[in-house]
Amino acid sequence: MTKADKSEKRFTKILLISGLSIIVLLLAIFFTLLIASMPSIKTFGLGFFMSKDWDPSLEKFGALPFLYGTLITSFIALIISIPFSIAISIFLGEYFRDGVVSNFLRSSTEVLAGIPSVIYGLWGLFLLMPITRYIQTAFGTTPYGVGIFTASLILAIMIIPFSASIGREVISLIPGDLKEAAYSLGATRFEVIKKIIIPYARSGIIAGILLAFGRAIGETMAVTMLIGNSNFLPKSIFGPGNTMASVIANEFAESTGITASSLIYIGLVLFFVTTFVNIIGTYIIKKISLEASKEVT
Amino acid sequence: MFRWIKALIFLVCIFSVGLVSFNGYAAEGELIGAGATFPQPLYSKMFDTYFQQHKIKINYQGIGSGGGINQLIKKTVDFGGTDAFMTEKELKDAGATVLHIPTCLGAVVVTYNLPGNPKLRLTPEVIAQIFLGKVKKWNDPSIQSLNKDVKLPDLSITVVRRADGSGTTYIFSEYLTKVSSEWKEKLGTGKSLNWPEGFIGQKGNPGVAGYIKQTPGAVGYVELLYALQNNMAYASIKNKSGNFIEPTPKSVSNAAKVKIPDDTNVSLTDTSAKDGYPISGFTWLIFYKEQNYGGRSLKRAESLAKLLMWMATDGQKYVEPLQYSPLPKEASEAAQKIIKSMTYNGKPILN
Repeated sequence: MTKADKSEKRFTKILLISGLSIIVLLLAIFFTLLIASMPSIKTFGLGFFMSKDWDPSLEKFGALPFLYGTLITSFIALIISIPFSIAISIFLGEYFRDGVVSNFLRSSTEVLAGIPSVIYGLWGLFLLMPITRYIQTAFGTTPYGVGIFTASLILAIMIIPFSASIGREVISLIPGDLKEAAYSLGATRFEVIKKIIIPYARSGIIAGILLAFGRAIGETMAVTMLIGNSNFLPKSIFGPGNTMASVIANEFAESTGITASSLIYIGLVLFFVTTFVNIIGTYIIKKISLEASKEVT
Repeated sequence: MFRWIKALIFLVCIFSVGLVSFNGYAAEGELIGAGATFPQPLYSKMFDTYFQQHKIKINYQGIGSGGGINQLIKKTVDFGGTDAFMTEKELKDAGATVLHIPTCLGAVVVTYNLPGNPKLRLTPEVIAQIFLGKVKKWNDPSIQSLNKDVKLPDLSITVVRRADGSGTTYIFSEYLTKVSSEWKEKLGTGKSLNWPEGFIGQKGNPGVAGYIKQTPGAVGYVELLYALQNNMAYASIKNKSGNFIEPTPKSVSNAAKVKIPDDTNVSLTDTSAKDGYPISGFTWLIFYKEQNYGGRSLKRAESLAKLLMWMATDGQKYVEPLQYSPLPKEASEAAQKIIKSMTYNGKPILN
């Protein structure tokens, strides 16, 4: 056996161990959550998701308001962010691929993605809260300033850079000869975008959006600061609510016994929801990229 | 390439050795504490001064009262800090006798955002009604009649409460439980409560204060210290003797001018002291009475006892400059007596 063979084997081994350790880590997280939430699972069972009571003094817990709050804020954020992120990715990926303007805009979105979420929260408190309060006064609802709407708004702003940068990456990877062929057939720029770029880059764009959705679901700090942290089912889009990540962050430090266990149970649910979103995401991406490659080629 | 991997493994080893040594007790001459965040700025100042004078290093981590109790019971710290006296169950879990000494006092104030930020006067009944969500407007007769010299606006009251479990909520709800039977029945006392619908929750004193500053008509409760440092408006509250007391470090200290039991387990909310602010409370340090456990040396036990003694006596002069409320004489004496009861192998540590 030569020296090269040996090192080859060693290298493969290291790769294998690193790969396996990820799976071990995932299982470790899952089992830790499962074991620690056992007391709560035994007490509340699956009714946990149906019950809307969260009462630490009577030790009666239900996760429905948080599950609902997480899904609704992430979903609204997604709807708000989609037009912007697609526009930015087309702009940077097709219209201004190089040059000063493009570089500036691109690094701006990258900087936005890197800003810690607590800073988004602070900014939201100082700017979005008064704006929301103004809108609420105009609508004649209680002017809380914080709530589902404000939280969705900040989430939308936070996730745009993620979906936009993936979208841009995919769009700039589209083979030049495809577009040139379309132009030579007399297509306008809009037609090229509509008929070539969007179909070709669709899976990438959707992947970016799903990644952004995943981030919105798990986002904690900025949401905690702007959602109002009310443990009830929100009555309107402007009312205060709460999310799964935010209730855990708020209450875990000082909780004991069944309260702590119920918070971990919520963590387990959050774990499942994100896994579920990821699985659906990969499935859609696989399906669409197959179709897209058939359509274009 | 293998050199790199070897170097990496070497680094990991060094790192993990470092971690392991952090887990056990740190070196002699260094004491470890953890717990309540409220007195942390004061403790930092005290421990820094103590290090300069006595060359004993003290490492205190503000992880919350619950955490402080847990860490002491797990015996990972020399002493813990807590804003609430340990419960029967916690004392039982500790396995051996745990002692408490008060180090200073804190208070919770009712703070608000109104045009011109007038100084308001409130009674316990009105505070309970506001935080039960029953009084909905600032110009409600119940508030207006207490503040005849202030023109209160026709503004909705937005109640802000702590979203995180906290000692501040505990002391505030303990006070309201004592003064209002309706509160006792509906919300009770706790670090987190089942608040009525429509209240806004914010994280930490900064979260509550920040929301109030931004929202006209908002009302909430924060630590006195935090309100003082941020120039927030807060209310004078009618105490048990019928006097309206403005919260100041002095009036909070006065709240402790009551009979202090030997174990210092006394709740100062709704105090009977006639010039005491009614939403006040001690913050405690907790430690084991018998110090020979988990392989601790006599020297370590001695340096802990000396530190505690210093905090209850000479150290008290650092309390007021930081806007905390110092222990009154009676409380300081009770603390000294408790520290003198600490033992090592059954023998008193300090003489």
